[in-house]
Amino acid sequence: MKDVKCECGHVNPHGTVLCEACGKVLDEQEKDNKELLDMRYEGSARRSQTYNKTIIDKIWNFFSSVKVGVWLIIIILVASIFGTILPQEMYINLPPDIYYEQEYGWFGKLYYQLGLHDLYGSWWYLLLIAMLGTSLVICSLDRVVPLYKALKVQRVTRHEGYLKRQRIFGVNTHIDSTDMISVKKHLKERRYHIREENGDLLAEKGRFSRWGPYVNHVGLIIFLIGGMLRFIPGFYVNENLWIKEGETAVIPETGEKYYLKNTKFILQHYDKNKDKTFEKAIEEAGQVVKNYQSNTVLYKRVSKNLPGETPELKKIKEFKVRVNHPLTFVGYSIFQSSFRSELKAMTFNLTNKKTTQAYGEVKIDLEDPKAKYDLGNGYSVEILNYFPDFEFNKDGEPSTKSRVPNNPAFIFRMTAPDKPKGETSFVAIKQTIEPFGENQYKMKFQGIQTKNVSGFTVRKDSSLWVIILGGIIFMIGVMQGAYWNHRRVWIQRKKGQVWIAAHTNKNWYGLKKEIDTVLTGTNIKVPEDQLQVDNADNHKDKGGV
Amino acid sequence: MKKRRLFMRTIILLVLGAAVAYSLYANLTKDDNQKVAAGDQAPDFALVDMQGNKHRLSDYRGQGVFLNFWGTWCPPCKKEMPYINNQYHQYKDKGVQVLSIDIQEPELAVNQFAERLKLDFPIMIDKEKEVMNVYGIDLLPATFLIDPKGKVVKYYTGQLTENKIKEFMEQIKP
Repeated sequence: MKDVKCECGHVNPHGTVLCEACGKVLDEQEKDNKELLDMRYEGSARRSQTYNKTIIDKIWNFFSSVKVGVWLIIIILVASIFGTILPQEMYINLPPDIYYEQEYGWFGKLYYQLGLHDLYGSWWYLLLIAMLGTSLVICSLDRVVPLYKALKVQRVTRHEGYLKRQRIFGVNTHIDSTDMISVKKHLKERRYHIREENGDLLAEKGRFSRWGPYVNHVGLIIFLIGGMLRFIPGFYVNENLWIKEGETAVIPETGEKYYLKNTKFILQHYDKNKDKTFEKAIEEAGQVVKNYQSNTVLYKRVSKNLPGETPELKKIKEFKVRVNHPLTFVGYSIFQSSFRSELKAMTFNLTNKKTTQAYGEVKIDLEDPKAKYDLGNGYSVEILNYFPDFEFNKDGEPSTKSRVPNNPAFIFRMTAPDKPKGETSFVAIKQTIEPFGENQYKMKFQGIQTKNVSGFTVRKDSSLWVIILGGIIFMIGVMQGAYWNHRRVWIQRKKGQVWIAAHTNKNWYGLKKEIDTVLTGTNIKVPEDQLQVDNADNHKDKGGV
Repeated sequence: MKKRRLFMRTIILLVLGAAVAYSLYANLTKDDNQKVAAGDQAPDFALVDMQGNKHRLSDYRGQGVFLNFWGTWCPPCKKEMPYINNQYHQYKDKGVQVLSIDIQEPELAVNQFAERLKLDFPIMIDKEKEVMNVYGIDLLPATFLIDPKGKVVKYYTGQLTENKIKEFMEQIKP
């Protein structure tokens, strides 16, 4: 596998088709061909086409294939479509093993069993994306390195064979020096960079646009890296946090370092008298919320204590969190996301059913009820059982669904001087059951007290800037490659004649028009488009420019 | 030249391979949602039980700890409590302690529960949910078996049978 030395003196890597310096056809097979040269990659030796010995080479060559890349894209596209058929796991509220079968029957069950409910996080999907990323890297490297080298090393003077087999080519027997000056002036006006050597001329512009596709691939790779960063613990946090008014809670995923206190939740509606502009709309819609706000205090733990022990907190700042106005600190953002009202306390009066006389008020704190409430004079109430979220369970017994006081129920024992052993009464919302026969006393419901609970979203995203950067670089690469073209015009002395050849990577029509403009006012014959000549000869109409 | 090419390609493929492997690994482990899994050191904590005694996990080094998380609304928790109580008596002199943590319920509910089921082992209430957070508790009942060196031997969710409890306690006996 030896390097090839061209007759012009330049040493080319093995496998080079066209000499990097002068463009002479080096490949034995290509030499006898009369067709137009394949100018992609400047005829340089794409490494993957030439070496295929070790397993490393084989892997490399597999990933450097555009065909493979395109197939990967198609497979990923089709796979992604599958994830949109039924809602993904992260958007449903029930456990997945129940939800899919319940909502979608046999299809749902199958969907769940195949793992399609968590498609975008599945190992095989990630593997596909990783393979695409690998393909991006290797495709780019495999092509850009030889291309860069070839474009850098190219000489002004080109080999005959090279010029003859360019798509745009023409022969002039002679060119006046005035015409040459005119041509050079026109080329300069059209912003070509002109190099001359031994009476030969190379006019080139827009070489930077060749790198456009590689720049946009770099952008894509950075984008994928940004996505990967999200897996690193601590880079991406997206949690819910519910805090009752007056309470302080530890902020999740902050390493137990930060605490948030909710001092007050405020809900404001538009007032149709005050906000006259919206009067009509409010009348139609009813109550429209103007502001969801939680007044908060941020604390930092200063003690080195264990979970479970009361921490020592230092106040950092106060902040009124409103919708879209989060509290921010060290990369975290706390958004006002939701709220609910929770029952805080229930008040009952111990009442004699017949005389309707009340013997005392019992205010029960639903978060921390007392076992016994002594009302004096021999009257007392005990809570034998407390069910914050009452329901009758499968066996018909009273039990609680959760620890949240959504539907409080009690089993009271009411003790009175005339009922020293006490009477038992089961009391739920709008329900009183006397399990042991008719009672003399009852717990009469007086009222409730509610407390607001604020719902916050805790978010941290250190990967976002990487993703945005990747996106920007991608767009730059697209523009770079799409809006400019790499054009070269050779005007060279060969065999006593003056040969003109030209090449562009895109937009041949534009190049031809430009050459026409450059050559106006001169006696120089405009070079032909050899592709169209060939097609005309073959009576084929390709139509493309 | 050949060697250099092989070298470059190998390096590039290795870097890409490592990135892929990391992504897959991170993805597979993130779904476990397991903050504390078998093999990890059990995070230390300190809570006060219903009798007013302070229990610190690291104080129990040298003994096995049967750490159980529960709530009164969870029927399997209720069912397994008497079994845990029985085995607690069997093993407390053999060097296995039981620490039972209730998830943030009112003292009244926890006391009544303990009295009704005649539970003798230390019960603590995780009022601020801190211990629950640190251990990444999601489903209840959740049981962690901690060996005398403080390492988590097993993490079990779901109702326990008496035999299983016995088996677990044997495992962490010093």
